Amino acid sequence: MVKIADATPISKDLEIRMMDTVCVNESQLEHKWYHNLKYLAVGLLFGIIFVKSEVISWYRIQEMFRLQSFHMYGIIGSAVVVGAISVWLIKRFNIKTIYGEQVMFHPKTFNKGQIFGGLIFGLGWAVTGACPGPLFAQIGTGASVILITLLSAIAGTWVYGYLRERLPH
Amino acid sequence: MEFIFVAGIFLGGIIATQFLANIQPVQINPVLAAELSGYGITEITELVPAQLFSWSNLFTAKGLIMIVLGGFLVGFGTRYAGGCTSGHAIMGLSTLQLPSLIATCCFMIGGFLMANFILPLILSL
Repeated sequence: MVKIADATPISKDLEIRMMDTVCVNESQLEHKWYHNLKYLAVGLLFGIIFVKSEVISWYRIQEMFRLQSFHMYGIIGSAVVVGAISVWLIKRFNIKTIYGEQVMFHPKTFNKGQIFGGLIFGLGWAVTGACPGPLFAQIGTGASVILITLLSAIAGTWVYGYLRERLPH
Repeated sequence: MEFIFVAGIFLGGIIATQFLANIQPVQINPVLAAELSGYGITEITELVPAQLFSWSNLFTAKGLIMIVLGGFLVGFGTRYAGGCTSGHAIMGLSTLQLPSLIATCCFMIGGFLMANFILPLILSL
């Protein structure tokens, strides 16, 4: 889920983000800085779970792609089930955000990027043993060189933005 | 907000490692351990193998491919696919979206190709 902090160039920004995410937060509420602490708290919990569940383990990713362990399939599978139940509850009981706003779900449309980009991401996932979120936790565990992997991943997103018009979609 | 969230993930990684560390050594499948020892990766003590991902390896061919190119593929692929494991595999599948199922299948195909066919060549460098 993506939250938009600044309201200024919103239309263009939102237009691009709509292509990328399952959920887009169209909220334009302004809050004091300490309202951001809740994101820090969720991030903190997420980071601890990443480490303790070994989701960020390079070895666990290797086992997954070699079918040598159920570990990652169990974690991703249970996350999908919890996600599905959560979405159902939000829709069924029309649960609002903590600021009382509607939670919107936007359907994704197919484009070839999901195939080509998916394959490229898969190649990177198996070599680094991490997807984007876990990179931050890996650095936190003391693997400081992963900072370079992270900067390179950010460069990758930038290069994608640069080449976007010329890539098949 | 995203920045604060990922800062939290980073801090969570520190807290889990410093204060909630597992006293048991990392357990991995013996078949994987045997395969990795064939490439000289024997010190299986942390979640990220230091014999591969270290500053001293960064400017070797293996290090450049795994640390720099690997990261680039993750970032580029995530943007191109319009999401990653959380966006497509977890949230996309839990909202029953066909594009996310296609993307997740492609993540797995890419990962299987890398782990089983390309990574052995990289680790042999």
